[in-house]
Amino acid sequence: MTAVPVWAQLVYLACAVGFILALKGLSGPRTARTGNLVGAAAAVIACAVPFFYVDLDHVVLILVAIAVGTVGGVVGARRVQMTQMPQMVALFNGVGGGAAALVALLELHEILEQPGGVDVVGWFVLVATAFTIFVGSVSFAGSVITFAKLQELMSSAPLVFPGLAIVFGASLVAGVGLATQLALSPAMWVGIVLALVGLLFGALLVLPVGGADVPIVISLLNAFTGLTVAAGGYVLDNVVLLVAGTLVGASGTFLTLLMAKAMGRSVSNILFGALKGGSTLGAGVASDRPVRSAGPEDVAIMLAYADRIIIVPGYGLAVAQAQHTLRELVDVLGERGADVDYAIHPVAGRMPGHMNVLLAEAQVPYEQLKEMDDINGDFKDADVVLVVGANDVVNPAAKTTPGAPIYGMPILNVDEAKQVVFMKRSMRPGFAGIENELLFEDHTTLLFGDAKDSMSKLLNAVKAL
Amino acid sequence: MNDAVVWLTIFVLSVFVGIEVIAKVSSTLHTPLMSGANAIHGIILLGAILVTGTTDNALALVIGLVAIVLAAVNMVGGFVVTDRMLQMFVRRKRPARTEPGATEGGAR
Repeated sequence: MTAVPVWAQLVYLACAVGFILALKGLSGPRTARTGNLVGAAAAVIACAVPFFYVDLDHVVLILVAIAVGTVGGVVGARRVQMTQMPQMVALFNGVGGGAAALVALLELHEILEQPGGVDVVGWFVLVATAFTIFVGSVSFAGSVITFAKLQELMSSAPLVFPGLAIVFGASLVAGVGLATQLALSPAMWVGIVLALVGLLFGALLVLPVGGADVPIVISLLNAFTGLTVAAGGYVLDNVVLLVAGTLVGASGTFLTLLMAKAMGRSVSNILFGALKGGSTLGAGVASDRPVRSAGPEDVAIMLAYADRIIIVPGYGLAVAQAQHTLRELVDVLGERGADVDYAIHPVAGRMPGHMNVLLAEAQVPYEQLKEMDDINGDFKDADVVLVVGANDVVNPAAKTTPGAPIYGMPILNVDEAKQVVFMKRSMRPGFAGIENELLFEDHTTLLFGDAKDSMSKLLNAVKAL
Repeated sequence: MNDAVVWLTIFVLSVFVGIEVIAKVSSTLHTPLMSGANAIHGIILLGAILVTGTTDNALALVIGLVAIVLAAVNMVGGFVVTDRMLQMFVRRKRPARTEPGATEGGAR
């Protein structure tokens, strides 16, 4: 490989600094957008550099491929709805992991081709190559399964079959064995089999993970891809890949732990909980136990004469695109003298922080959005809590039922309110696939129907009072 | 200093920087931050360009081009989608300006 001239090394260094500034910027609300743009600029500059010092072949084909990928990325990113953001991130991450694995396979091919081949690079480079091939494949397959779960192409319930633990363990052992083999006596077929085993392992890693935990896995796979890019940087002798990949790997791992903490879960429990068995996973069927339901007019009366109202928005609200009507309802109730706030659970939506993105899209005023810790003490004073399309984040099973998929997750204390109204499409359980005992309580009323339809009926009924 | 040790040094320092820069992130920004970090690892595009541009094997060329397409999707899509999310946060911070007439149909 061509030696990297000093000027190019300095540009790479500047780009690495750019990535550090980008992540730093992304962690604060005021600087986030600038940070993202700095990252994008650094990435574009870094990718342009090799065209100026390496005698590249196939330049036209390369540029065409870049153009194709760019168009695909931009179209996908522009078309995607905010509600589908988690699966989009998963998909982008997956293709990145796949690209890293392919690059490592090509580099292995190149190492084997060059005269004296293996002796020149040393075993450490081969270990890094093997790592990139394996983990990149894991990330690709895992992300594809994650995407399928969130896009509801397959059930989001944990998928466990007899002997899963054994196949899972065996594929991990095979992966480590093949990687060792690759380091000791490298051959192309070992690399290819290693990639296939990685694909199998990645799928098996994600299949047993239940719906509500999937976002944590996206974050973890994101960190994995970062580490493969870092290892790829070592193999290719490119410092900007090493630094950028390591930054993402480290910050991604840290972010995964933060998210898991916000949900009251441990990462190992999320990944291996279903493998160990014993978790009481919901069958996802509707219950036929009696509940109290009411029409929009009855609920309107409850709301109109309440002094303190708390709204708990969930993913169902966003899917139905009922945010604007909800906002109007809140405005009307406010004009009538009620004190209304939105209670935002950290993992409402389908990913930590997702609900903030969704409500920001609907232009809900920032001051009315209350974080869980700030509002949890207020529920006992609330006359009515209106739960719109949320289920898991208010499910008392998180406190009372050890073994439930969401057990241990901090929840909104909706059960303490004087009256609770659930706006639901049906009795079908939420994303985590478990029933919510709160639905059957005496002080709970259900308003069945599509969130948007019910919401506008409710709005009209309140206005008519 | 041995080359491998230099690389190890950069790696270890980058781990600490990576953790340090996001240590104070608020949960509101978890989603955009994850998406932005995701875009950054799309820099594997650089590696894909390097290996594709230096191969003379037809099959390797095809695989390399596939890798370039995938990496470009990851990188470009990641930055664009993150920006889209963050745009909404910017608008929300100035509700006074967007309030009139924005109650219904403010978003497409």
